[in-house]
Amino acid sequence: MTSLDTLPAPAAPPRRHGRGMSPVVRLSAGFLVAVVGVALLADWLAPLHYTTQNLAARLKPPLFESGGVTHWLGTDQLGRDILSRLIFAIRTSILIAVAGTLIGAVFGTLLGFVAARCRGLVDQTIMMAVDAQAAIPALFLALTMLAFFGNNILLFIVLVSIDGWDRYTRLARGLVVSEQESDYINAVEGLGASTARVMLGHLLPNIVAALVVQATLNFPGTILLETSLSFLGLGVQPPETSLGLMLGEGRRYLLNAWWIAVFPGLAIFLTTLSMSLFGDWLRDRFDPTTQRN
Amino acid sequence: MLQFLAFRAARAFVTVLICVSAVFIALRLAGDPADIMLSIDTPPDVRSYYRELWGLDRPLIEQYLRYLAAVARGDFGLSFGDDRPAFEAVREALPKTVLLGGSALLLALLIGLPLGVLAALRHNSAIDRLAMASAVFGYAIPIFFLGILLILLFALKLRVLPSAGSETAWHLVLPVVTLALPLAGRLARFARTSTLEVLGKPFIRAARGRGVMPLAVILRHALPNAAVPLLMFLGIEIGGILAGSAVVETIFAWPGIGRLLVDSVSTRDLAVVQAVILTVTVIMVAANLLVDILHILIDPRLGGFARGSGRPA
Repeated sequence: MTSLDTLPAPAAPPRRHGRGMSPVVRLSAGFLVAVVGVALLADWLAPLHYTTQNLAARLKPPLFESGGVTHWLGTDQLGRDILSRLIFAIRTSILIAVAGTLIGAVFGTLLGFVAARCRGLVDQTIMMAVDAQAAIPALFLALTMLAFFGNNILLFIVLVSIDGWDRYTRLARGLVVSEQESDYINAVEGLGASTARVMLGHLLPNIVAALVVQATLNFPGTILLETSLSFLGLGVQPPETSLGLMLGEGRRYLLNAWWIAVFPGLAIFLTTLSMSLFGDWLRDRFDPTTQRN
Repeated sequence: MLQFLAFRAARAFVTVLICVSAVFIALRLAGDPADIMLSIDTPPDVRSYYRELWGLDRPLIEQYLRYLAAVARGDFGLSFGDDRPAFEAVREALPKTVLLGGSALLLALLIGLPLGVLAALRHNSAIDRLAMASAVFGYAIPIFFLGILLILLFALKLRVLPSAGSETAWHLVLPVVTLALPLAGRLARFARTSTLEVLGKPFIRAARGRGVMPLAVILRHALPNAAVPLLMFLGIEIGGILAGSAVVETIFAWPGIGRLLVDSVSTRDLAVVQAVILTVTVIMVAANLLVDILHILIDPRLGGFARGSGRPA
């Protein structure tokens, strides 16, 4: 049936949102491609390693503030090159956010499938967990878990996926429940297909577009959760670096060296901004089931 | 209606119970509380004394019931930091967060609602685009980055506002603005959408047809109808305000529960962490229950008390 490339040629009327990309969306997509490129090619792009210190060149301002040409974006309190650190920080933050988004999406969708298929007590238990999740802000839940279990990078990635798993569960459950009664599912089941086959082979392809759109819309929240925790000093730990951690470290040097905090802050802002603009476009373009509010 | 209320209240209670249980399970999964709370070189007899004192030698189910009872009394144990009941620290910090969050919410409403309504009235005008742009900004800006930019501008460059502390009312300005601006953007988008929706309804067109001025239409007919969705929206946003407070309070050294949580997580002061997280849970659940109750009261279709004018809903 319908999959990504055979979606009903965008239902005739809502042409007003336009299928093509507006200049703003184009710019956002371009920025995202650049960010991913930087993350992938960090080792080759960075002029210096992110831990290389040069105490003789501490707190050097960026090029355009009459700093030297050796450090385009200046240096931090230990004389580390901000541009190099920024490049590696983008890699860490993007990696964690992508991993967190994937874990949340897979886990949440699976739960939604199970809830829709089993109904009854299982369904109610899962939906109660979804409600309970909505009762606590993701940041607070993540902080609590960090206090209980201590900080390590694996737990941290799992915690970052907290933001949004409930949305995938709700979405997947709702879509499966509504699809389940349709003729083609009845037909496939009548032919003797196993539950797993019905789920993965026939239901999943029909809701994958909606799930991908949801993942795109969730991504900024995931990045913000990671950067917030790292900013508070409770996420990525030195000597590793992440955008939030750089910003948190730079906070103490605002008076003398604004560039330590502002460049990573701008990187986070532009990434989340591009992602939400691109996500909005993606929703209007590919997902006929959800309408923009 | 009462039945509906009772159902909602029971559901709220169950949600809190699930959260308390989840905290208990997570705590036990994290390891033996005696190992976490006591230092490594504690003599075995002292250790077993504490295990007995904390009831750790009892069956798990009894420990769980004792935990529920203690939580219901607001007893989370003593804080490592200053050896006083953890809940006391929360009770001291909570009013500060309510002041901060309440002011931010008020400011956001004052900016966001008029902006959104105006944007809907002047659809596709410059002010409409401003409202939409501020909404995008409100969803994307990291609150800690906004806080740092405001500190740079107002505290360090212009030197007109203090950047940290809570001594005077001036100390409230930067944290409140930081918390309110993104929320105002989201509110503007929300207000714009609901106003546009209401403006398209037949009874509004009828009111206009009777010659009622547009502003009067908005105030008397459109706004009351937007109240219910607005309430729902605010119910969701309370979580956002609380989460934002953890970051904002840390940046501006504001002594609320957000900062209390961050500090106690850093020192792994588990008693305080539990006290904060469960207080926040209760607040969130209570807020959502309140939203439900107000919803019933406002919406005449649900058999509430708002009757008389025969106002269409």
